[in-house]
Amino acid sequence: MIDYSLTDEQNFLRETVRKFAENEIAPYAQELDREEKFSVEITKKMGEMGFFGAFVSPKYGGQGLDYISYIIMVEEIARVDGSQAATVAAGNSLGIGPIYYFGNEEQKQKWLPRLCKGEILSGFGLTEADAGSDAGGTLTNAVLDERKNEWVINGSKMFITNTSNELSGVVIVQAVTGKSAKGRKELSCFIVPTDAPGFESRKLHDKMMWRASDTSELYFDDCRIPAGNILGNKGEGFKQMLQTLDGGRLSIGSMGLGGAQGAFEKALQYSQERKQFGKPICKNQAIAFKLADMAIEIEAARNLLYKACWLKNNGLPYGKEGSMAKLYCAEVMGRVANQAVQIHGGYGLMKDYDVERFFRDQKLLDIGEGTSEIQRLVISRYIGC
Amino acid sequence: MNIIVTIKQVPDTNNITIDPETGTLNREGVPAIINPEDKNALEAALTLKEKHGAKVIVLSMGPPQAEKALREALAMGADEAILLSDRAFAGADTWATAYTLSCAVKKIKDYSLIIGGRQAIDGDTAQTGPQLSECLKIPQITYVQDVKVEGDTVLAKSVFGNVRRMVQAKMPALLTVTKEMNEPRYSTIRGIATAYREKKITVWNSKDVDAKPMRIGLPGSPTQVRKTFSPKHEREGKVFAGAPGQLANDLLGVLVDNNYV
Repeated sequence: MIDYSLTDEQNFLRETVRKFAENEIAPYAQELDREEKFSVEITKKMGEMGFFGAFVSPKYGGQGLDYISYIIMVEEIARVDGSQAATVAAGNSLGIGPIYYFGNEEQKQKWLPRLCKGEILSGFGLTEADAGSDAGGTLTNAVLDERKNEWVINGSKMFITNTSNELSGVVIVQAVTGKSAKGRKELSCFIVPTDAPGFESRKLHDKMMWRASDTSELYFDDCRIPAGNILGNKGEGFKQMLQTLDGGRLSIGSMGLGGAQGAFEKALQYSQERKQFGKPICKNQAIAFKLADMAIEIEAARNLLYKACWLKNNGLPYGKEGSMAKLYCAEVMGRVANQAVQIHGGYGLMKDYDVERFFRDQKLLDIGEGTSEIQRLVISRYIGC
Repeated sequence: MNIIVTIKQVPDTNNITIDPETGTLNREGVPAIINPEDKNALEAALTLKEKHGAKVIVLSMGPPQAEKALREALAMGADEAILLSDRAFAGADTWATAYTLSCAVKKIKDYSLIIGGRQAIDGDTAQTGPQLSECLKIPQITYVQDVKVEGDTVLAKSVFGNVRRMVQAKMPALLTVTKEMNEPRYSTIRGIATAYREKKITVWNSKDVDAKPMRIGLPGSPTQVRKTFSPKHEREGKVFAGAPGQLANDLLGVLVDNNYV
C-alpha cells in the first residue's frame, strides 16, 4: 500500500516553520547576503524554535522528530533562504549527527543539550585543501600522547560550516590515526572544542553563495584534546563519515527542493504580475510551459526525497535513494532557478530580486557533501555497473 | 491558578472572498486559523503562567475540525484542551455560545481567570466574552492591553478609543484582550511534537456539560441571520473643473438641486 499523506503534525510543522521563515528570515535575507554576514540573532531565534537537534531524542534535549519532519523543516527554511538553511542543515546533520550517532553516553550528555538549544553550534571537519572527494588524501593527523593522555592533532581543514562565529562551540574532526593492515590510512573522528589549545578558525570571505552562512578554514597546531574525546573507536572514522554524509545528503536534497520551490513561487508570481504586449507573461505558452516543467520536476524531486526519508525512518537501506535525491533535488533547483531568472528577464539579474540569490546559492548543492559526479559514481555502483 | 482561554477557529479572512450571489463566505480551500486576538489571549495566559505558575486550559466550541486550532494552542504551550462539539450546538449565536461555554466553565469549576480575544474576525461582534462573564456572574474587563495579577485580584489596562482605564477586579474574572496586548509566540518544534503526540484533547458534548437543550444551538439563539450581503457602492463622485468663480456656481447648483440649501 502506498500512502502519500503527511501527518497533521507534519503539516502543522511545515506551516509553523514557513511562517517563521517568512517573518523572521526572508526580510533580512537580501541584506545579509549582500553584506556577507552571519546573523547570530537569527541563529539564536532558530535555536529557540528548536531547529537544532531535530532528530535527537528529547532525552538529550532534542526535538525527537522523524526524518521526514526534519527534512520538511529544512525545506521550508531553504524556500526563503539557502544560507539559514545551511546553518540548520549543517548544524543538525553534520555537527550534531556524529555526536548523537557515534558518541558515548558521557559525550552525548556533555554536548547535545547545549547544541540542541542552539546555544552553541558545531561543525564537521572533513574536507581539506587536498582532500575533497578523496578522503584518502586526508593529511590532518592525530597522535596519542600517552604521558599526558591527550590526542595531539596537526593539520588543517577547508570549507567547514558553522565553526568561526561567536556561537561555534565544537568541531568533529576527522584525522589520520595510523595505517590499516592493508596499508590504507586509518581514520578516526574527534570532538574538538573550539577553545582547545592549538585550534584556530579563520572565516572564508568572498563566497559566491550561502553568503550569510559561516564557512571557515580550520588550523590545528599541536592542538590538544583529552584522550576521551575520540568519537566511537579508533579507526571508525571512515565509516562514521560515510554514514554522516548519507544522512547529510537528505538535508542537502531538502535544500535543493526548498530552494526550487521558493524560486518557482517567485517566478510564478512575477509572471502573473509582469505584463508585456498587454497581458501577463504567464499567459504566453513559452513562459507557461517553463512553469509547468518546473512544477513537474519539483513534484518528482519531493517524491524521491520523501521516499528516501521514509526508508531511513523505517530503518531500511537508503544510500542509493539518498544519493539520487541529493543529486536530483540539487539539479532540479539548478534548472528551476535558471528558468526563474530567465522569466524575470533583466530584473532577474538584479540583487533586489530574490531569484538572483537563489541562482547563486544553488551552485553549492552540486558540489557540497559529495559532488554530482561522486553521486553518479555512488549510484552507478549501487545499480551494478 | 487555572487560566481558561477561550478560542475560536475562524477562516483566515485575509484569504477569503464573498460570493456576491448568496452573500456567504467562499470557504473552500481557505485555511482555518485560531482567531488572531484569541492568540493574543493565549499569549497573555502563557506569560502569566511563566510569571506566576498556572495551568492553561484552552476551551473552544466548534466542529471536530476545530481540533486543529486546539492542537496549535497546545503546541504554543497550553496544558490542556477541551473541545465542545455536538451537532446540537450548531447554529448558535453569541448568546447560545456564551451559555454553552459557561456550562463547560462550570464543569471545569476551578479557575481564576478566563481570557479571550476581543472579537473574532469572522463575526466582529465582541459579544461572546462579555456574555460569558454575565452567564457566570463574574467581573469582566474588556479591550485589555496589559494585565497584572496580585494575590486574588487582577489589574488590567483597558483601552477603548481615547479612553484608557486601569481596572481592578477580584478573581475569578474575565478579560478580553486586543492585538496590542502582545506578540503571540511561535509554536516550537518540540511544542508541536508534544501537542500531537503527548497532549490530549478532551471532547465534551451537550450532555457532558449539562447544557439545557433549549438554550443551545439554533433553538437557544435569540438572533438569527436573515441575510448577509456586501454593501454596494453605487454612488459616484463628480469632478468639476474650471475657474474658481465657475466652480463655486457649479457646487452651489448641486447643493440647490439636492435641496441642501
